[in-house]
Amino acid sequence: MVQATSSPDTTSDVGTEAVPGARHDGASPDAAGLGRARAAAFVVPSMVLIVLFLVLPAAWTIYLGVTNYRLTGLAAAHPEIVGLDNYTTALGDDRFLTSLGLTLQFVLGSAVIGQAFLGFAIAWTLRDRRGPMRRVVEAFVLLAWILPGSVVAFLWIALLDRDAGTLNAVLHTPGAAWLLDHPMLSIIVFNTWRGTAFSMMLYSAALGNVPPSHLETAKLAGANTWQQLRDVVFPRIRGHILTNLLLISLWTFNDFSPYLITAGGPEQKSEILAVYVYKVALSGGQLGFGSAISFLMLLINLVLALVYLRMLGRRKEEA
Amino acid sequence: MAAITMSGLTKVYPNGVRALNALDLQIADGEFFALLGPSGCGKTTLLRTIAGLEVASGGTVQIGDTDVTGLPPGRRDVAMVFQDYALFPHMSVRDNIAYPLRIKKVDRRTRHGKAAETADGLGLAELLERRPAQLSGGQQQRVALARAMAYTPQVFLLDEPLSNLDARLRLEARTFLKRLQRDLGVTTVFVTHDQAEALALADRIAVMQGGRIRQVGTPVEVFRRPANTFVAGFIGSTPMNLIPATVRDGGIDVAGAVLPIPETAGEVTPGESITYGVRPEYLDYSPAERAGALSGEVVVVENLGSSSLVSLDLPGDAGTVQVVVPEGDEPQPGDRGWVVPKAGRALLYRDDELVAAPIPAQPAGANR
Repeated sequence: MVQATSSPDTTSDVGTEAVPGARHDGASPDAAGLGRARAAAFVVPSMVLIVLFLVLPAAWTIYLGVTNYRLTGLAAAHPEIVGLDNYTTALGDDRFLTSLGLTLQFVLGSAVIGQAFLGFAIAWTLRDRRGPMRRVVEAFVLLAWILPGSVVAFLWIALLDRDAGTLNAVLHTPGAAWLLDHPMLSIIVFNTWRGTAFSMMLYSAALGNVPPSHLETAKLAGANTWQQLRDVVFPRIRGHILTNLLLISLWTFNDFSPYLITAGGPEQKSEILAVYVYKVALSGGQLGFGSAISFLMLLINLVLALVYLRMLGRRKEEA
Repeated sequence: MAAITMSGLTKVYPNGVRALNALDLQIADGEFFALLGPSGCGKTTLLRTIAGLEVASGGTVQIGDTDVTGLPPGRRDVAMVFQDYALFPHMSVRDNIAYPLRIKKVDRRTRHGKAAETADGLGLAELLERRPAQLSGGQQQRVALARAMAYTPQVFLLDEPLSNLDARLRLEARTFLKRLQRDLGVTTVFVTHDQAEALALADRIAVMQGGRIRQVGTPVEVFRRPANTFVAGFIGSTPMNLIPATVRDGGIDVAGAVLPIPETAGEVTPGESITYGVRPEYLDYSPAERAGALSGEVVVVENLGSSSLVSLDLPGDAGTVQVVVPEGDEPQPGDRGWVVPKAGRALLYRDDELVAAPIPAQPAGANR
């Protein structure tokens, strides 16, 4: 609208000046013929939203990370800048380092091994099947994915509960305290169960891209299943595998739903970083310290993403 | 190298489609054999059943002296070249050619030597380090052939080997394939829907329709003496003229003209309805009236290059007859013309099946 009011003189020379103008710009030819100002007007609304809801909160978190801001008390009213104290405290804190270790276990166990492996196995097994069998399996796997986290958490507590849990009833092991004795294993299995659907669907689509004639050529040469996977399937879907691992690693790294099952316990044995931040910042009220840890998580996510993207990039060079 | 014997071979897909129907076929050792038919006739299913990529619902496949019906593809000692060549894009040409040897646990030096030797024979020596994406269509096809040849299987199976090449390259590749097969002497079965390709390449052809074999024979037999009207219509760049006719004493009434009973024909009884078949190439056109000729009005003249295809409307409801006329003699639409079958080339069909003379007379009649 702003451009429309100021346009009478500019529109008149668009016809004559368009070509020389484009020559001056050189690097960014105006393909749509809108003019820079009008083109920018189309972009501004989304940029405003991104800045408002993404960039500002992130910057705010970074700012909070260098203060002693608290939820209550004196520091809530008058936070002081404490420099990198929060970061040095976190990196020297056993509880943070243990939590980081548990998070890596959680990501490796439930995302990389659990979801990616199981998802591929299901996709590979179902690749040639049509009809009810495939639809039933897919429906159940998808159901686990689309249920709300709170519902799933309740289902798993009902399954693993010490006194009235379904698992104890099935295994005839009354009183076995799964959530207390194996908290990490419990949340790893839980997250695998919950998130496998995504990997399964992604790999199903990827396997559809493997030409049948390539698999059949390998079969005719006498290749067994492992050799077919190694020589035909994996090279073909390498990009899909890396993208999938990137996504599910990041999601799992930031996942908070294990808190709904174990609440990080017992004795912080299942306190992954997302849970740790929540406890420090909201239960403990140390918003400044919590922000610092959040920023550290962001950095770790960035490193993970860069590693995967580099691997993806190398694949493109090879191809 | 081995013969292939199929007996009672049946393939029914889970959705109920009967792709092969109690099929019997023998392919001799060293033969270049074509499976020809329209799409959906079962020819590709038959090839894949020989390869073991489809499991037969009934009947047996034998390669050499071994019954391979229950064997997995990898243990049948056959190599297949797919329509899309199926080269592995992440492997070099050398690794692609050596792949089956690698699976068979041949050591690296031997298999690379073998790959280089095979590639050399196919003119690929310069390309060993390249990736398939850097090759032309014809080169890709030769790499796929080299991969099949490198481990010297007993049988080659080719699925539509020429259909992914452009028209000019196709002729070149056809000649190349024929020479290669002759040099190697390996039993080779290929699938095609192109009758010209089958006639040009094969030692023998099986024409298929609806999961059954309608005729097996050499290209000459299939072209000159189609066993039924389906084969007659399918083989040849222009389909055979099939004209309803009636048998009279000492002759055949075809659209008002009385023609002699072809010497190739078996016994016919006067008065019966019959189909008179003759290829457009085996008719002589004449602008003047002749005895023993069909006559009609020229309706369409199509230029074929060195000759023209002329369509004549026959009197009554006998339809049209097509005739190939050499250059210079083309009539104009609206002209009246006469056509005479060449001696020994006309055929009679009763209920769509060839009415053939007794066996001993056939070769003489067919080759005259």
